[in-house]
Amino acid sequence: MLPFDYERASTVREALAACAGSSEMPPTGAPSQFIAGGTNMSDYMRLGVTRPSHLMDINLIQDASLRTIEIGSLEIRLGALVRMSEVEDHQEISRRCPMLPESLKVAASRQIRNMATLAGNVLQRTRCEYFREISWPCNKRNPGSGCSAMDGFNRQHAVLGVSDACIATYHGDFAQALIALDATVEIAGQGANRRIRFAELHLQPGDNPEVETVLRPDEMITAIVISVPGWAARSKYLKIRDRESYAFALASTAVALDLDGDIVRDVRIGLGGVASVPWRAVPAEDVLRGKIFSEDLASKAADAAFANAKPREHNAFKVALGKQTLVRALMEVREMKL
Amino acid sequence: MTGTASPAIHISGAAALQDETRSPVPSTQREGLTVSMLINGQPYQFNIDSRTSLLDLLRDHAGLTGTKKGCDHGQCGACTVLTDGRRTLSCMSFAAMNDGWEITTIEGLSSADGDLHPMQQAFIDHDAFQCGYCTPGQILSAVACVEEGHAESDADIREYMSGNLCRCAAYPNIVAAVKQARNEMEKA
Ligand SMILES: Cc1cc2nc3c(=O)[nH]c(=O)nc-3n(C[C@H](O)[C@H](O)[C@H](O)COP(=O)(O)OP(=O)(O)OC[C@H]3O[C@@H](n4cnc5c(N)ncnc54)[C@H](O)[C@@H]3O)c2cc1C
Ligand code: SF4
Ligand code: FES
Ligand code: FES
Repeated sequence: MLPFDYERASTVREALAACAGSSEMPPTGAPSQFIAGGTNMSDYMRLGVTRPSHLMDINLIQDASLRTIEIGSLEIRLGALVRMSEVEDHQEISRRCPMLPESLKVAASRQIRNMATLAGNVLQRTRCEYFREISWPCNKRNPGSGCSAMDGFNRQHAVLGVSDACIATYHGDFAQALIALDATVEIAGQGANRRIRFAELHLQPGDNPEVETVLRPDEMITAIVISVPGWAARSKYLKIRDRESYAFALASTAVALDLDGDIVRDVRIGLGGVASVPWRAVPAEDVLRGKIFSEDLASKAADAAFANAKPREHNAFKVALGKQTLVRALMEVREMKL
Repeated sequence: MTGTASPAIHISGAAALQDETRSPVPSTQREGLTVSMLINGQPYQFNIDSRTSLLDLLRDHAGLTGTKKGCDHGQCGACTVLTDGRRTLSCMSFAAMNDGWEITTIEGLSSADGDLHPMQQAFIDHDAFQCGYCTPGQILSAVACVEEGHAESDADIREYMSGNLCRCAAYPNIVAAVKQARNEMEKA
């Protein structure tokens, strides 16, 4: 690991100020970077993938709202430094919207979830093996060097939202529930604070896979705000993986279903393990909305979700698996007794 | 998470290797980082390089080698410790981030008079290991698992203990041990 200076911020302003000198985009390439739970950062620093010369520890920022879960009648506000395990264990959130805690419970291990923060979680970087091992060419780690996964062992890689430069999967689970619910992200900046839709936070790889989010180095996520419709009680997170626990998704889905008898009044679908960024399956939602629910309709929706899939040599199975996962989740939420 | 709040500090653990050309960083101390923590009830203070993980600090600086390094990347659970009572992975945390915290390692689990913790005894009773390399991490994780209330069923135990791999595959015996200790811990 390269040497770095360690600093601890006591206010958000202080944290931002220290990272202000780096006009360099993106934050993951800046000399000054934040560390929260550290479970992604320490790993990628040890691997030599991320090389900040200055690390800003944001865990002891005094502002209590960063650590607070606020449950309003319509909105849930989750502070950026809330740990994954706190939401996983939250009974009220579980009652209102089961897919939120479920998506956290099946991620990583309890030890990691006790350390990892919600903001750090949504910003976790890809597990592409070629990205992690610095001797391989990789456009995301070393822009312009090529993509080793394209014709390499790409079983874990994405089939949706990919480009000719990068096919890395976004591996997070929680983000799929957030994108399905069209969550909002609150961001503190040097100049001004802003709020963006969670769906706008991550960027597809395009020609510049090294730019992963719209965040600037001197911006910090302070909270995630989710408006939870009453019908989100009929929701679930389903994750399919190589082993039953402590593994990243091969395919997963966050599904919330609003039923009027058998008619689909509304539906939200997030897809994990198959796309380059958190993925909302809008075409699938459009197939379902306003129709009478059936397995056949669910299967048509799944076809629509993967209509633009671009599989490579070893990951074509993800198209079939992704569709099956979505159909199964839809069938299971339909059967939920509320 | 709470911790000892301290004012902003500016310290460098990398003074000797600093690159003159890179953008200046706030840095008022250059002789290394001072970190204090309570380990197994004993106060410790260390002078360390910022790169030191909590795991390396425990093993190499505190001499507490009960905490094991399996993968150093968060993938095995051998390095599990309790930080203010919650199970965490010591390989994934920089030691400096634990300043002011209370750490429990396997060395701190038995009582002062040497009596084993019910979880330690249960691992022996159920032969819940072969080589023993994963065992300190398993035991600390299991103690937390019971305290969290996540050891109510076999399925729960398997799920909530999945962050601790065992190459010797002692899993069935580990589940049995956790159940025995759970019953005793709940009685106590
Ligand atoms: C073995 C293993 C298995 C895993 N399995 C899963 C899994 O199945 N599913 C899953 O979803 N995840 C999984 N993870 C990933 C894990 O969930 C993430 O590492 C974790 O959530 C990151 O959170 P953190 O607080 O530790 O982030 P950090 O490591 O502290 O930070 C991550 C990134 O976010 C930035 N950052 C952090 N906070 C902020 C902020 N407030 N504002 C702006 N930038 C910020 C940091 O600069 C850094 O770039 C796994 C990890 C490991 C090691
Ligand atoms: S898929 Fe993306 S992250 Fe992986 S090697 Fe190719 S460019 Fe790098
Ligand atoms: S050594 Fe920490 S998880 Fe393997
Ligand atoms: S006892 Fe050998 S690894 Fe678990």
